[in-house]
Amino acid sequence: MACEDPKNPPAGDSPPTGWKAEPADPDTAVAPLPHKPGRTPRREQADILLVIAAGGVLGAFARYGATLIWPTPATGFPWTTFLINVTGCAAMGVLMVLITERLTVHPLVRPFLGTGVLGGYTTFSSYILDAHRLLENGHGGTALLYLAATLTAALAAIWTTVGLTRLVVRPRSAGTAGEPATGSPTGQEGRA
Amino acid sequence: MTWVMVLIGAVVGAPLRYLTDRAVQSRHDTVFPWGTFGVNLAACAGLGLLTGAATATTVPQAVQHLIGPGLCATLSTYSTFSFETLRLAETGAKYFAAANAVVSVVAGLGTAYVGVALAQSLFG
Repeated sequence: MACEDPKNPPAGDSPPTGWKAEPADPDTAVAPLPHKPGRTPRREQADILLVIAAGGVLGAFARYGATLIWPTPATGFPWTTFLINVTGCAAMGVLMVLITERLTVHPLVRPFLGTGVLGGYTTFSSYILDAHRLLENGHGGTALLYLAATLTAALAAIWTTVGLTRLVVRPRSAGTAGEPATGSPTGQEGRA
Repeated sequence: MTWVMVLIGAVVGAPLRYLTDRAVQSRHDTVFPWGTFGVNLAACAGLGLLTGAATATTVPQAVQHLIGPGLCATLSTYSTFSFETLRLAETGAKYFAAANAVVSVVAGLGTAYVGVALAQSLFG
């Protein structure tokens, strides 16, 4: 498979080989770290938590900075949070296809970029509390529009970037990673 | 100072999301992404409590930044939420995909209202 490193076969609970084969949580599935003598599971877990915390800070800073640069009026459409979530979802689509279907990357790349940076950058709670504030201020229409628009745009964004990334970035070796352009949902073998 | 508070919140929030998610996902074998659902609701509850407290009493700016853009916003995630929704749809679980999207939003709003009301009654 495209992203399976023969030196580091996936463990039973965290195969890095594709969406269907993963545990139900995609961006926290971490491939086994490259074996190093003396590295304990505890140390590996500490490394994972460390890169997630570092990525989370970067993502949170980007989000917080954006809200300072483009503050949202209490009764207006929350454009800043809307764009943060939509761009974060678009980036997530590119990332997940690249690291699960196209590339073999270091096992810490996924927790750093997926769980840390993008997970920290995007926010569900601010989205909900934005809508709550609009509802409380008597702007129910804007609240419903905002809820639906973010959901629709975020899903459209990730659907588009997943499709485009599969189309643009070809599998490294033909015949091992399926044919992404056929519309196969997962684009990989061994998924049935 | 506000950036430091956001940093502290994020340093806790992101690993907490990972650990909670792993713990939840290891305890069920359904396709529904309960882990992300849970952390997002928990973050909505936290941000609701903060919002309610801020309307009922004076909450220091530092605490607001720690819990708001720091902890709760980083604990919750839209990118994983939408990715899991898309993956459910792509793997044939279209009903679960739609349910995940709709239930997350409705339950998130409900949780936020409960959090706000609770904090207002506690601090009001």
